[in-house]
Amino acid sequence: MQNMRDIQRRIGSVKNTQKITRAMKMVAAAKLKNAQDRAEDARPFFNKTVEVLRGVFTRTKETAHPLLAEREGGRHLVIVITGDRGLCGAYNHKVIDLAEEIVEEEEEVSLMVLGRKARDYFRRRGTDIMAEYVQLDDYPGYGFANNIADEIIHHFEAEDVNKVSMVYTHFNSAISQSVKTMQLLPVEKFAEEAEKTDETEQIEAETAAEEEGSKKYVDYIFEPSPAEVFDNILPQYLINVIYSALLESKASEFGARMTAMDSATENANEMIDKLTLKYNRARQAEITKEITEIVGGAEALK
Amino acid sequence: MAAAPKIQLDVVTPEKLVYSEQVDLIEGPAIDGLIGILPDHAPLVTAMQIGVVRVVKGGEEIQIAISEGFMEVQPDQINLVVRTAELPEEIDVERAEAARDRAEAKLEKDRENVDFARAEAAYDRALARLKAAGHHDHGYDRI
Repeated sequence: MQNMRDIQRRIGSVKNTQKITRAMKMVAAAKLKNAQDRAEDARPFFNKTVEVLRGVFTRTKETAHPLLAEREGGRHLVIVITGDRGLCGAYNHKVIDLAEEIVEEEEEVSLMVLGRKARDYFRRRGTDIMAEYVQLDDYPGYGFANNIADEIIHHFEAEDVNKVSMVYTHFNSAISQSVKTMQLLPVEKFAEEAEKTDETEQIEAETAAEEEGSKKYVDYIFEPSPAEVFDNILPQYLINVIYSALLESKASEFGARMTAMDSATENANEMIDKLTLKYNRARQAEITKEITEIVGGAEALK
Repeated sequence: MAAAPKIQLDVVTPEKLVYSEQVDLIEGPAIDGLIGILPDHAPLVTAMQIGVVRVVKGGEEIQIAISEGFMEVQPDQINLVVRTAELPEEIDVERAEAARDRAEAKLEKDRENVDFARAEAAYDRALARLKAAGHHDHGYDRI
C-alpha cells in the first residue's frame, strides 16, 4: 500500500504537467488556425504553379535549359523540413525517417535541413549537411523561400549537385498529415507514361485529367523566347513550390502538436482519476485501521 | 455585343485567388513589354514583371497592380500567377506613397549599393499600386 502522502504528491505533479500540456495545446490550436488558413489559401497558387508550369515543360519540346538538365549520378541534395521543437507526436520522426531512407539509398548525398530537429538528428548521424536553417518563423515568409530557391539553383548550376528533392509534410487536417517527397531539380515533367497508364485505368480521374490536358496543350508561344521565359519562370516555380511546402509543414507541425498535447491532457486526466481512486482507498484503509485500533483498545480496557 | 467571346481570367497569389471572372481583354506588363490578350488567343507562356494589368470587362475597366510572376494563356483561359496582386480598392495609397518616397530616397542616395535592385523593385511596385489606384502624379511613364 502506497503512502497517502506519496500519492498526493504524484497527483500534484501530474496536475502540473497537465497544465503545461493544456497550455501547449491551446497555443498550438491558435497558431494552427492561422497557419492552416495560410496553407489553404496558398493551395490554389501552388496547384496552378505546378499544373501550369509542369504542363508547359511536359508538352513542349523546348527543354534546353540548365535547370531542366538531367545529369547522371552525382550528388543528391535533399531538403528536409521539420520543426524546431518536439512534443508534437510523430511529426518530426516521420519526416526524418523518410529522409533517412533516401539518404541510405543514395551514394552521394547532402542535406539542407530546415528545423532544429532534423539538424540535430543528422548531425549526430554524421550525414553531410550542406546548409542548415533553424529557428524558423511560425509563419514563413516568401523571402525565405526565395533565399532557399536561390541557394539550390546556385548549387545545381555549379554542378555541385545533380538532383534536388524535398521532404515535407502535407497538411490534410488537424489530425492527419502525410509526409511527401518532391523532386525540385531538374524540374520534373508530369509522368510521361500518362498515355500508357490510361489503358490500365489506374487512378482514373487523374489520368483522365492528364489525358485531356495533353490534348489541350500543344504548341506554346514563348514570349519573347523559350530561354528567356524559362529563365524567369523556373526560379519562380521553385520559390512557389518551396513556399507552399513551408506553409504546409508548419500547419502540419501545429496540427500534430495540438493533437499530441490534447491526448497528453486526456491521459493526464485518466491518470489523475486512477490516482485519486488509489488515494481514497488508502485513506479508507487508514481510517478502517484506526477504528479497528480504537475498538481494539476499548475492548482491552473492559 | 451580347454574344462577344469572353476569356476566363484567374489571378492567383500565395494569399488568395484575387480575381476570377469572364473578361473581354487584358493588357499587362510582360518581361519584353506590354502584352494584350483577347479571347481565342493562341497558347502562350510568358513571364510578367511589376506593373499594372488592365482588364476590360463589359465596357468597364479594372486595373490590377501585380508584381513578378508568370502568365499562361489558353484560348479560353488566362492563368496569371503572381507574387502579389491588388485590386484598386485593396490598395493602401498612403502606404504605397510612403514606400515610393522611401525607395526614391534610397535610389538617389546610393546608386552603388547592392540593394539597388531591391530598392528599384520596391519603387516599381509602389508606382504600380499608385497607378492602379488611380493616383497619377509623376513618374509613371516607366511602368
